[in-house]
Amino acid sequence: MPDKPRVATCSLAGCFGCHMSILDIDERILQLIELVEFDKSPIDDLKEFTGRCAVGLVEGGCCNEENVRVLQEFRKHCDVLVSVGECAICGGIPAMRNNIPLKECLDEAYLNGPTVHNPRRVYPNDPALPLVLDRVYPCHEVVKIDYHIQGCPPPADAIWQTLVALLNHRPVDLPYEVLKYD
Amino acid sequence: MSEFEQTVRQICSAFKNDRTRMMDIVQAVQARFGCVSGEALDVIASAVNTTRVEVQSTVSFYSFLTAQPKGRIVIRLCSDPVDEMAGMEPVARAFEAELGIRMGETTPDGAITLEWTPCIGMSDQAPAALINDVVVTYLSTDKAREIVAELRRSGDPRKLVHRLGDGHNAHPLVRSMVHNNVRRKGPVVLADLPPGAALRKALAMSPVEVIRDIKTARLRGRGGAGFPTGMKWEFTRQAEGDRKFVICNADEGEPGTFKDRVILTEYADLLFEGMAIAGYAIGAREGILYLRGEYAYLRPLLEHVLQVRRDAGLLGRDICGKRGVEFDIRIQLGAGAYVCGEETSLISSCEGLRGDPKNRPPFPAQKGYLGCPTSVNNVETFCCVARILDRGPGWFAEIGSKGSPGTKLFSVSGDCAAPGVYEYPFGVPLADLLRDVGAEDVQAVQVGGPSGQMVGPESFHRRLEYDDLATGGSIVVFNTSRDLVHVVARYLEFFVDESCGYCTPCRVGNVLMLRKIAEILAGRGAPSDVAYLTGLAECVKFTSRCGLGQTSPNPVLSLIRNFPTALEGRIRPPAGEFLPTFDVRRALADTERLVGRPSVIYAP
Repeated sequence: MPDKPRVATCSLAGCFGCHMSILDIDERILQLIELVEFDKSPIDDLKEFTGRCAVGLVEGGCCNEENVRVLQEFRKHCDVLVSVGECAICGGIPAMRNNIPLKECLDEAYLNGPTVHNPRRVYPNDPALPLVLDRVYPCHEVVKIDYHIQGCPPPADAIWQTLVALLNHRPVDLPYEVLKYD
Repeated sequence: MSEFEQTVRQICSAFKNDRTRMMDIVQAVQARFGCVSGEALDVIASAVNTTRVEVQSTVSFYSFLTAQPKGRIVIRLCSDPVDEMAGMEPVARAFEAELGIRMGETTPDGAITLEWTPCIGMSDQAPAALINDVVVTYLSTDKAREIVAELRRSGDPRKLVHRLGDGHNAHPLVRSMVHNNVRRKGPVVLADLPPGAALRKALAMSPVEVIRDIKTARLRGRGGAGFPTGMKWEFTRQAEGDRKFVICNADEGEPGTFKDRVILTEYADLLFEGMAIAGYAIGAREGILYLRGEYAYLRPLLEHVLQVRRDAGLLGRDICGKRGVEFDIRIQLGAGAYVCGEETSLISSCEGLRGDPKNRPPFPAQKGYLGCPTSVNNVETFCCVARILDRGPGWFAEIGSKGSPGTKLFSVSGDCAAPGVYEYPFGVPLADLLRDVGAEDVQAVQVGGPSGQMVGPESFHRRLEYDDLATGGSIVVFNTSRDLVHVVARYLEFFVDESCGYCTPCRVGNVLMLRKIAEILAGRGAPSDVAYLTGLAECVKFTSRCGLGQTSPNPVLSLIRNFPTALEGRIRPPAGEFLPTFDVRRALADTERLVGRPSVIYAP
């Protein structure tokens, strides 16, 4: 059915918790399949974009160059880009390293950590490994982000209602109860 | 007890070990020892029966107070945009080269510290600096070299003053090179009044009649907000409490304002006369002149004027021979904090605390200084009061415009031939003022300082009055060669430095605005930035706790509103997907160096 709007999702420097929350829409996932076609996404395991997408949902911030490349692809292929969750919006737990100099981070991870075995004392440098960035960037500092859904993770209802509203070109109505965390 | 502890305890007891006099105590300790050290904090805390952290929080708040030793001489260069326009940057470089240190550093021998300070109230004789308490004006690179040589030779900043300024600037108690630059005198403020003339007329009336006269004259506060003075006095008079206070706000810190400096230099009698009348009207026996730290050089003269008035029976007990009428004034010296111009912060500072604003209500008229009913008025307002009592409210109300009776002092600086102080009747069109000050090729005028608004030629027909272009007196002119976005960035830097940090919108919001403007200046602006800045500015304005944060976004908002092309002209749509502020090569450079190979995805 070529008429269905396409949706893409990705998890950058995140824990997949936001994707778990997407799946937490329970039986509405059947409605979702009726409503949209998934393009590049861990849900259908498509590795690259196959066409233009209406909405891209981004979990996680950018901690390495591969994250940046994926986010760049999302901006290129999606009409509307949504940062989903704390890590995409603020960097989250990965951004805790932002207050520690990069060399100290690498030294602790690859040279000096108590469980590290690295007799040649080199940082992993295989070209297949993406290089980390100087710090973790929230998505909206790398590309233009159109919407943010906050939460760690955002509740399934918040994600669902945002997606449905965006696809139907309606304003998003997120009552307080849906975005209340305490 | 060590000699140090003894000295500090003596200072504390000179102020009766009163912790509400903390400003005076820590200033005296610093004057004696060069800083308020950790040891001093402990001694003061124990002497005045408070905690060390209370003392420390006061010391750490004010930029003229320091816990670490600085040089015996501190050179503070004025960082105001007007000084920059007048050539401060090369002067700063000359000081750095001559002293062999960078801005913010102290020479290795501990002799001289070099630092920036916001507007010191000398915009009409910029570039200017404070060297300890001594003001030096019209700086140049040559003068910078001479100053350093003289300081190295004599170690005495007072030796830097060769030619004295006009009027009382040459008074033996002042001996300053500052010039008054009074360009236009009016009948209300910049005019002579025999000491006691207005006060005697006031004392012949009842206090309620005095307030009625002020209300009849429709006098509004000259600091900028324009609150009706008579109403403020009435509230203070009616508030419950035996002890009431009159405070004069002489903390003119709004960049580009210096008219109070001229009043304090030449017309202090008029001001004190107005304060005494206020004391009589509201039933206060005590007055405080809160003098900004930058004007410390005027303190000996002001103390002298106060003493002369005491000797003449115009202050003290039984004023003008009237039994039971008592009023006296003490001077509270500030220590370099713009926010203290906000009346509740000023009261906090008078109480020896950090200059944090207080929540309102209760308003100072109900609960002000030490919890007592307090009326805080501007220097110029008190001068108007004295004149109204002397000449009558009808005479006063005839001057100026309908909603803004009287005259207003304007401090004019920037790109004009005759910077200085001008007294005009309220309602004067901005264009007339610009003509009189010799401003040509004008691109923009900052009316009311950075917390006011920046207007362009389409607004020059507007009138300077409360109901149109309101201002506390600061008028800064920018000609067409000036970069307004850069000026706005400088004003934001000022607000970032001066925010007291109490509330988040002001502490964080101003920093975010400054960062965004800096990115735009660096050519990394994105089309969405104008909307971002507008939203952020509105948020800071709406949610901040005091006047500082409620007005600090004004430079950004007036730039967007009145000079839309200034920002938009610097913003281009990004070429690819990345925002202009994101540089992937820069983000990868450190890792490439550490790992020892270039990126594969984003190869250099």
